[in-house]
Amino acid sequence: MASEMTSSAYISHHLTNWTFGAHPENGLSFAATAQEAAEMGFWAIHVDTMLWSVALGFFFIWIFRKVAKTATSGVPGSTQNFVETIVEFVEDNVSSVFHYKNALIAPLALTIFVWIFLMNTMDLIPVDWIPFLTQKIGEAFGADPHHVYMKVVPTTDINATLGMAFAVFGLILFYSIKMKGLGGFLGELAFQPLGKWMLPFNLFLEIVGLLAKPVSLALRLFGNMYAGEMIFILIALLPFWAQWLLSVPWAIFHILVITLQAFIFMVLTIVYLAMAHEDH
Amino acid sequence: MNINLTIIGQIIAFTFFVVFCMKYVWPPITGALAERKKKIAEGLDAADRAQRDLELAQEKAMSDMRKSKEEAAAIIEQANKRANQIVDEAKEKAREEADRLVTAAQAEIDQEANRAKETLRAQVAALAVAGAEKILEASVDESAHAQLVEKLAAEL
Repeated sequence: MASEMTSSAYISHHLTNWTFGAHPENGLSFAATAQEAAEMGFWAIHVDTMLWSVALGFFFIWIFRKVAKTATSGVPGSTQNFVETIVEFVEDNVSSVFHYKNALIAPLALTIFVWIFLMNTMDLIPVDWIPFLTQKIGEAFGADPHHVYMKVVPTTDINATLGMAFAVFGLILFYSIKMKGLGGFLGELAFQPLGKWMLPFNLFLEIVGLLAKPVSLALRLFGNMYAGEMIFILIALLPFWAQWLLSVPWAIFHILVITLQAFIFMVLTIVYLAMAHEDH
Repeated sequence: MNINLTIIGQIIAFTFFVVFCMKYVWPPITGALAERKKKIAEGLDAADRAQRDLELAQEKAMSDMRKSKEEAAAIIEQANKRANQIVDEAKEKAREEADRLVTAAQAEIDQEANRAKETLRAQVAALAVAGAEKILEASVDESAHAQLVEKLAAEL
């Protein structure tokens, strides 16, 4: 495809989501260009992000539910063994950081880890395969292939990472207030770290610190995955016979990155929620 | 890189997956893990117990064997003693029997000898009388000389 369009058009095509929303002129429609997608503002949805993330989420619960239904305390099968390894890994991480009784945290951590890992793993599929396929399908349905967008890695969409981070943020606020009471939570914001005479300063510092949690969660994951994707796209601009020289090492390195980012998101979520339970 | 409704969609999807995981995935798997842990602990316990039982059984077997050996030795000793006793008794009885036989034989011999002496004495008396008759060539009144003959016979 790189031969059919300019490099910048190719890159921007790869970085545009398949967007459906209310366009001020065209009404409810799929965005034909990146500009149209931007014009839709907030009232639009990235179909590809939703599609892939939900599909991968269902893949996760399908595999794990299958194991959970037939889970035996006897000799485990290979799938159960694999699932148990992940579950025990998550359980170890949770129990080493989070010392309160809460039935939500461990399943939450497991979902975060596996789901993000699966979404990140989409990055390892060669960048052109699925977009090319969908362009052909779109063409068969009479669409202009240049206007068919398909971004397959949901975590390179800031909406996906922010969505998860906001959900975690909601839990942080919920548990802070539940464990310490509204007064205790606000008191923590107002009277720390410098005592009541520095109240405005404390409030500013603590609120920035509080907001930094979801923002850093979302941006760290998004930034890593977006940068990784971008490098794959740039490699794809090279002549085909030279691509493997760079894409193979980068993909191998990327295996580390996708696992690490899923792990970091999980651990930070646990840490933040443990902090929310902590009473000073 | 537009921020839009996708955020809400992602929050809904995320919530759904977390709730599903919490309700239907996490409890059965960790339950199975905990149960297996318990089973393994029980298995190890049972192995320990069996080991202890084995040691006890071995000890008991050893002491049983020692006891039965002692019993066997006692029985053998007793049997030996009894055997000696029986042999002694038999010897005693044999000796008594022999004595008795010897005594009886002796008595019979004495009786036989006496009887022979009697016969002999009678015959000698007759012979003496016959001899005297012959010598005297005359008839002797047996009744008149009977006293003399008997005196002679008694001297034999």
